[in-house]
Amino acid sequence: MNLGVDIGGIKMKNPVATASGTFGYGREYAGFVDLNRLGAVVVKGTTLLPRPGNPTPRIAETPAGILNSIGLENPGVEAVIERHLPYLARFDVPVIVNIAGDRVEDYVGLAARLDGQPGVAGLEVNISCPNVEKGGLAFGSDPDSAAEVIREVRAATRLPVIAKLSPNVTSIAAVAESVAMAGADAVSLINTLLGMVIDVNARRPLLANVMGGLSGPAVRPVAVRAVWQVFRAVKIPLIGMGGIMCAEDALQFIMAGASAVAVGTASFVNPRAALDVLEGIEAYMRDNNIGDIKDLIGIAHA
Amino acid sequence: MAGVYNKKYPVVKHEETAPGQRLLCLDAPEIALGSAPGQFLHVRCSEGRDPLLRRPISIHFAEREGGRVCILYRVAGRGTSLLARVAPGDHVDVLGPLGRGYTLPSAGERVAVVGGGIGAAPLFFLLAEMRKYYGRYLDRVSVFLGAHTLEALPGAALIREMGYHLDIATDDGSGGFKGTVADLFREASGNRTFDRVYACGPPPMLRVLAAAVGPGPAVEVSVEERMGCGVGACLSCACRVRSAGGAVEYAHVCRDGPVFNLKDLVL
Ligand SMILES: Cc1cc2nc3c(=O)[nH]c(=O)nc-3n(C[C@H](O)[C@H](O)[C@H](O)COP(=O)(O)OP(=O)(O)OC[C@H]3O[C@@H](n4cnc5c(N)ncnc54)[C@H](O)[C@@H]3O)c2cc1C
Ligand SMILES: Cc1cc2nc3c(=O)[nH]c(=O)nc-3n(C[C@H](O)[C@H](O)[C@H](O)COP(=O)(O)O)c2cc1C
Ligand code: FES
Repeated sequence: MNLGVDIGGIKMKNPVATASGTFGYGREYAGFVDLNRLGAVVVKGTTLLPRPGNPTPRIAETPAGILNSIGLENPGVEAVIERHLPYLARFDVPVIVNIAGDRVEDYVGLAARLDGQPGVAGLEVNISCPNVEKGGLAFGSDPDSAAEVIREVRAATRLPVIAKLSPNVTSIAAVAESVAMAGADAVSLINTLLGMVIDVNARRPLLANVMGGLSGPAVRPVAVRAVWQVFRAVKIPLIGMGGIMCAEDALQFIMAGASAVAVGTASFVNPRAALDVLEGIEAYMRDNNIGDIKDLIGIAHA
Repeated sequence: MAGVYNKKYPVVKHEETAPGQRLLCLDAPEIALGSAPGQFLHVRCSEGRDPLLRRPISIHFAEREGGRVCILYRVAGRGTSLLARVAPGDHVDVLGPLGRGYTLPSAGERVAVVGGGIGAAPLFFLLAEMRKYYGRYLDRVSVFLGAHTLEALPGAALIREMGYHLDIATDDGSGGFKGTVADLFREASGNRTFDRVYACGPPPMLRVLAAAVGPGPAVEVSVEERMGCGVGACLSCACRVRSAGGAVEYAHVCRDGPVFNLKDLVL
């Protein structure tokens, strides 16, 4: 049975990755998940300088989902290189660094700094974070500015470049086409959907940052639809994510056109979720006599 | 992570201890053996996808020999209401033990243990451990518990049975001192000195306590914050602390806490 996939030059031994911001730097879940068995580990959004993140509450539970407004808390690229990448390098797993910035130059600086860094297999360019004031989503919601970031990052690194797209747009296919033209090797989708909750007793927004990003099972149909549309629009491989809790959810993404999937919020509920998804995909392939995962990618379009 | 388990454990006991408060005990030998006072469990309240997240609840008691861990919880909202329905023989999905707990006192230290409302839950485990290892200094330990009413006060009899001196405060005056436990503590510390204080309760109580203890004793408090993962991965549970250099930064309650030194917290 062949589960291997190639995501714009990143060779994954199976199609199951972890989603940025939901799996820490791998260490946090290493007691539950043998990291060697994962298709890839995508680490938390990394910025040039350390970021403290937003005030609390940063998380609210919503129907079958969560809203988060972490605000890209991270120790900055130097600390990630020093403290976290060496740990992950001990495992036989491609590590994808999610990068974020306020300005195009920030992304370029990050791409240049991470180029050639041992243990980095690729960059996921976060142009879709709803939780920071500047940058983030502002880049990803317009095809031209999204393309500008990707073009500059592409020029600054030899690493595979994955554009992470936001669903908070009128046409996600148009943004995908634009970043593909600008040189993206793959796209990840979806980042969280902008949302909010009001605490009626306090008569105030529940999250300190007012708005947050929705994830979990509640967003899955939106995410599957986005993968479906983008698969029809571009030729580069897609990493699908959004509410994947089990193998059946993951298979929906693969059949809609994703070459790989990422497990996010599910890990909070079930620390072993990523491996459970992988084992479930294997079982499905066995039961249905599918010899190669590639035979399932986009099959729902046939 | 070494020594953190995620399994479905059988319920061995589940009962109401006061209106809206329940005691849930699980047969979970490895957690019972590996846990320390102040640590918590991340509990799945139902099998479904809604409500989605686990709920953090302190370990109320761990019987190492008997292999049991118990939590004492208030039925607060959707999750805990669902949890209230599990019966002996059912299984509950638990992740734990998690977080950093209390540091036990050094021999002979004068100790105050201060708990407000359901926040007192983890202090029972602490008191039991102290009784085991510091038994001959029990008379140097003062316990202060507060609740809205006497009825809502968790486990006063148990604490006295353990041999501790207990003072209580109730908001309505139905038992002991009329007022909050922080006020009671302030009064009591007028004529007693403490080397070490352990506390658990909501931020307003901790602020009053911080003002009442002064700079002398080492104060350890357990903090609550909304959580996602419980293991340090999602960064939801931030709380503000003062770093060694004096700058204010975020720590994470699930990993760096839930027990912190009060002097490090920015309340
Ligand atoms: C480290 C720690 C230890 C705790 N120990 C205990 C204990 O021993 N006994 C006890 O009764 N309670 C304890 N709590 C509080 C307990 O977690 C909440 O009462 C519980 O999560 C409420 O869930 P719910 O679904 O009933 O309420 P809902 O209001 O429906 O919950 C909605 C969401 O908000 C979160 N939430 C609500 N209140 C709190 C709170 N106070 N702290 C953190 N998250 C909250 C829930 O986890 C959930 O994600 C502790 C909290 C923390 C952080
Ligand atoms: C707590 C949290 C933090 C996140 N942080 C990031 C981040 O730093 N960078 C990023 O590109 N996406 C981040 N995401 C988005 C996820 O990677 C993923 O795209 C999204 O949550 C949808 O997947 P899910 O429903 O499986 O969680 C975060 C999501 C959550 C819940
Ligand atoms: S709850 Fe996820 S980091 Fe603390």
